[in-house]
Amino acid sequence: MAKRTDSLGLHSVLADWMLPVLVAAMSFLAALAVAGTLASTMLAAQWQNNTTSALTIQVPHPDAPDAANDGNRLGAVQTALQTMPGVTNPQLLSTDAVNHLLAPWLGTDVAQLNLPLPAVITATWTGPGSPDAIAAPLDKLAPGTLAQSGSQWASRVTALTGSLQTCAAAVLVIVALVAAALVALATRAGLAQRREAIEIIHALGALDADIANRFAARATFLTVTGAAAGALLALPVVFWLATLAAPFAGPAASPTAHGLPSLPPALWTALPTLPLVAAIIGWGSAQITVRGWLRRLV
Amino acid sequence: MVKFDDVWLKYQHHGHAAAAAPDVLRGVSFEIPGGGFRWLTGPSGAGKTSLLKLIYLAEHPSRGRIDIFGTHAAKISRRDAALLRRRIGVVYQDFRLLPHLSAYDNVALPMRLARRNESQIHADVTEILRWVGLSGRLEALPDELSGGEQQRVAIARAVVGRPKLLVADEPTGNLDDEQAERLMTLITALNRLGTTVVVATHNQALVARYPAARLEMANGRLTSHG
Repeated sequence: MAKRTDSLGLHSVLADWMLPVLVAAMSFLAALAVAGTLASTMLAAQWQNNTTSALTIQVPHPDAPDAANDGNRLGAVQTALQTMPGVTNPQLLSTDAVNHLLAPWLGTDVAQLNLPLPAVITATWTGPGSPDAIAAPLDKLAPGTLAQSGSQWASRVTALTGSLQTCAAAVLVIVALVAAALVALATRAGLAQRREAIEIIHALGALDADIANRFAARATFLTVTGAAAGALLALPVVFWLATLAAPFAGPAASPTAHGLPSLPPALWTALPTLPLVAAIIGWGSAQITVRGWLRRLV
Repeated sequence: MVKFDDVWLKYQHHGHAAAAAPDVLRGVSFEIPGGGFRWLTGPSGAGKTSLLKLIYLAEHPSRGRIDIFGTHAAKISRRDAALLRRRIGVVYQDFRLLPHLSAYDNVALPMRLARRNESQIHADVTEILRWVGLSGRLEALPDELSGGEQQRVAIARAVVGRPKLLVADEPTGNLDDEQAERLMTLITALNRLGTTVVVATHNQALVARYPAARLEMANGRLTSHG
């Protein structure tokens, strides 16, 4: 005689298609939130590295004599930059490059405006500490010279990344709460449908744990199935977004051997945990719901 | 074994004030020693089923004290109450079989809840179903059984675990005379083996054929005891 392991008939009671489909949708959103968080963290680290080390030096009136009257100001600043410790690869931007940078504000005919544009030198800061210390000596050689580092942009990128991570965490919390509520609703519906059967096995001496475990096991199976499906469905979208973000990610996003963009390694750890988290939510929510409901029975 | 001391019961339903609900049991006191047999008689609405519900721990009294197996029922945890219920066999008036389980699985249910091994379950369940004349209907679902057959499955489920206390509410109501006799033979045999038995019935002929002490009820009160 075959033993019936599901004496409450839960297989047909917890709406089989609805709970996993809804949990799959929650898992899909969670996967995107996790991917977004990890990608923004990776991109922010890349951008911070680039912007923090970038130096931009503006030399107004570049052809005017320098402070020592040994030559023009641009030459004096370029010479000084060559010998300054921590400053590497100083490059004078061409007039065309400067005009290209200013085109969004001044149009494409910048040269015809005869504006007194400064000369712009880019360099990389590799020294210790802040690059702000180079501004004063350059100003002595060529009054009005500005030396800007990317640190102020880096702090803004850090703030932006923090905001994105906070938003993603909020999305994950909301998704988890909604998933728990869905499991609770499905479980309550199952309890209502099987009220008489539950009352009978309760009267026969079933422990609250016996009944709660049966519901929780079924809810866990359904949520794990849904979460795994949602995480799998999110993968193509994550790859598509990674393709779009690749130009901003630098060498870290170089394609894999299969031509797909590489994803943050942490994502490959995080995605498989979604079904695990769903299992915990499914089990816990069903247990709490059933045990609370059973309290009405003597 | 079973002791009621000034027990009162009123059902409290949602939306109804407790004070407005009528007392279905009023000041009921009696004691049944271990191994005792009691008929529970009285007209419909006298409170027989309510009294049985208190015995098999399906209700809490609104006043008074109940001791089952020497344990104060109001003082035990939910877990201990469940374990006590496993020692009580109940035959319900409306059978209360699980409709999606076969006759075999319905009868096996209390043993599975008690985590008995499957070989013991198989031996005991097939034996008791043979005793109640259903050895050919093991796989039948309750909907496929007649009222009398369903009642026999319910009886088999109540006694299969050899309970210390057997509570039956009109157990012969859907049985023909021959089956009723077989049931009473089974119940009296269990009683001789030490099971305490309380049987509620309207069947005065049955009571006459199996003389035993009576708990007689009317209007929620115990009018005769002994």
